[in-house]
Amino acid sequence: MNKLKNNNRKLSKSKETLISGAEAVILSLLSEDVDLLYGYPGGAIMPVYDELFKYREKLNHILVRHEQGATHAAQGYARSSGRVGVVIATSGPGATNLVTGITDAQIDSTPLVCITGQVASHLLGSDAFQETDIIGISTPVTKWNYQITKASEIPSIIAKAFYIAKSGRPGPVLIDITKDAQFEKFKFSYKKCDGIRSYEPRPKVNDEIIKKASEIIDKAKKPLIVFGQGVILGKAEKEFKNFVEKSGIPAVWTILGLSALPTSHPLNLGMVGMHGNYAPNVLTNQCDVLLAIGMRFDDRVTGDLKTYAKQAKILHFEIDPSEINKNVKVDIGILGDCKESLSKLTSLINKKEYSKWIKEFKRLDNIEFDKVIKQDLNPTKKGLTMGETISNVNKYTKGDAIIVTDVGQHQMAACRYSQFIKSKSNITSGGLGTMGFALPAAIGAKMGAPKREVIAIIGDGGYQMTIQELGTIFQNKLPVKILVLNNDFLGMVRQWQQLFFNKRYAETEMVNPDFVTIARGYHIKANRVEERKDLDGAIKEMVLSKEPYFLEVCVEKEDNVFPMIPSGESVSNIRLE
Amino acid sequence: MKDGILYTISIYSENNVGLLNRISAIFLKRHINIESFSTSLSEIKNVFRYVIVVNTTEEKVKKIVSQIEKQVDVIKAFYHTDKETIFQESALYKVKSSSLFEQRHIQNVIKNSNANIVTVSPEYFVIEKTGFRHETEQLYKDLEPYGLLQFVRSGRISVTKSKMGISDILNTFKGNNYKKKKNE
Ligand SMILES: Cc1ncc(C[n+]2csc(CCOP(=O)(O)OP(=O)(O)O)c2C)c(N)n1
Repeated sequence: MNKLKNNNRKLSKSKETLISGAEAVILSLLSEDVDLLYGYPGGAIMPVYDELFKYREKLNHILVRHEQGATHAAQGYARSSGRVGVVIATSGPGATNLVTGITDAQIDSTPLVCITGQVASHLLGSDAFQETDIIGISTPVTKWNYQITKASEIPSIIAKAFYIAKSGRPGPVLIDITKDAQFEKFKFSYKKCDGIRSYEPRPKVNDEIIKKASEIIDKAKKPLIVFGQGVILGKAEKEFKNFVEKSGIPAVWTILGLSALPTSHPLNLGMVGMHGNYAPNVLTNQCDVLLAIGMRFDDRVTGDLKTYAKQAKILHFEIDPSEINKNVKVDIGILGDCKESLSKLTSLINKKEYSKWIKEFKRLDNIEFDKVIKQDLNPTKKGLTMGETISNVNKYTKGDAIIVTDVGQHQMAACRYSQFIKSKSNITSGGLGTMGFALPAAIGAKMGAPKREVIAIIGDGGYQMTIQELGTIFQNKLPVKILVLNNDFLGMVRQWQQLFFNKRYAETEMVNPDFVTIARGYHIKANRVEERKDLDGAIKEMVLSKEPYFLEVCVEKEDNVFPMIPSGESVSNIRLE
Repeated sequence: MKDGILYTISIYSENNVGLLNRISAIFLKRHINIESFSTSLSEIKNVFRYVIVVNTTEEKVKKIVSQIEKQVDVIKAFYHTDKETIFQESALYKVKSSSLFEQRHIQNVIKNSNANIVTVSPEYFVIEKTGFRHETEQLYKDLEPYGLLQFVRSGRISVTKSKMGISDILNTFKGNNYKKKKNE
């Protein structure tokens, strides 16, 4: 009896224990099952770092070399794992360095929770040392943000942040915590957020609309599916595959949809958009029903809207109501989680095949093969191509690797030619086109899926935008593979200069350092390939290496990526040369 | 905007620091000028109401409203034409007191315009007029000859002829949450 009393007293005493706001940040993250975060310390966030030190057994903090790297790493982590990426940084320059990555996460719907330190609340607005209005700066590029000035707000705001970041259409959230709130003591208790009255993340699927959609699909003669990242974010790969197979409809992808359906699937017929495949682009303007699933009609996909799929009935499957009718006027908006809408739709439609319509794809594919793909994959010229490099990568990964790409020609080559058998395997900066994304994103991708092979494919330009993250790879012994396709040019810009600015190569040629020496400076195994005879062996060594590995492939300097839809033109005007 | 008309956007939201910035950013991003803006409490406790007037096309206002509604702290947003709302603006006019006594004619102006005198001091007096834009503008013109010391006009405030149904939305949320908890 006495014992029990004592125990009770102990419990209630521990309940009364006051902890600091900084410790509450850590306990809140642990309550959200966070075990990993990316960041960089500084004055205004030091109390939280002090607690990180105490909790280092439970919470793995990865010290990046620049805060932008932390955001991209968290994005890579989120996209390979399907979880929320967490970032932590100090006020002022630490916070502003996050902006590019947050913007990238916003436009590509990646769930992030970013925590920044802020000057003490009595100094707010006084232009104190390293004070910056990060709430104001990040407002247009976050799904939600909030400034905490009292420790007692920490648990409920962090709970809300995680709920908002991952629910509905995911996105980045930023929480700014003043230094006094980090020091302040309070009674901590944590409750996960399960709803916000002003926010409806998962609109209900309307059965009548599904019925109507099924009737249109059953009557279609030349239907086309264009799928985007929504399939992956909605964890609807299985439902999507079932739908594709029962409906028999050819499916083509946007750059962020890539890997949601295996590339070898007989109904996976390639990529749409500016550097997509010939058939999907041309036939977009010939299909009679266009099913847009988890994609948002980006202008890089649609080209000129006035001539985009005008002949087709358009069905748009979308979780974000503001996307429906935003760029393309649709006939039916199928609002809701596509995992739910697709499985309902699959049960209603008839099983069908479209062999004649698919033959049309094959006919156009052959044209693209003759004019473009053959020379890319089996070149007869001396210089190495990006395409043959990627196809060598496929040979050793067998489509099982995560491919992280940067922005430019290599990105298009990698997305066009990489093979994928698993979802969440293509990680790239789509909407924002952020050079410098790939190297840090590959770090996060590897940590989000440690059992999988991760290969970053990067141009010589973008590589140098975040090259310092080699330090992070080295310090943490992360077996990330880095493949730089070096053309000594800002290739994609040079291509535009060649085609649209009469070959005036303004500021696109680069004198590059010895990349191999740099990698070796970080004690990363490194190699360079200049001739075709060495390519296969070098790629094999890179893929099979158990350690971090850097490989530079010196490719033809002035190759172009084709096909190409010139900016602002119709998808039908796709050029093969 | 050539082919635009006036639309009144009404927003019901939580009262959070920063939401104003978030909403104005939506207009800024699309390079749309705001004609008038006002914010106050609404008929529901702890729910704020914004009234924003823009001159634009229906297609654009629809997209703006869905972007606004997408914001986590926004409960609901609507847009209406002038015909669908009852709206007013308020104006204050500060005039030298001497004109009130020396130029008797001004008293007729005030009376005829259905304006109220808010305050009178030896130096100045303040007139308040609530009405449509053309009415406050007319009074401005009428008072100008007597020397306006200050003039200010509020943003539009408006209520809709149709029902807003915000309480219903909030009640469904409560209901859902209640159900969720019961099932757990
Ligand atoms: C941060 C940033 N700055 C500028 C650009 C514009 N841009 C797009 S592609 C590109 C060239 C990329 O060159 P490189 O990294 O060498 O890749 P390549 O195209 O040669 O494969 C540039 C400068 C961008 N996307 N991102």
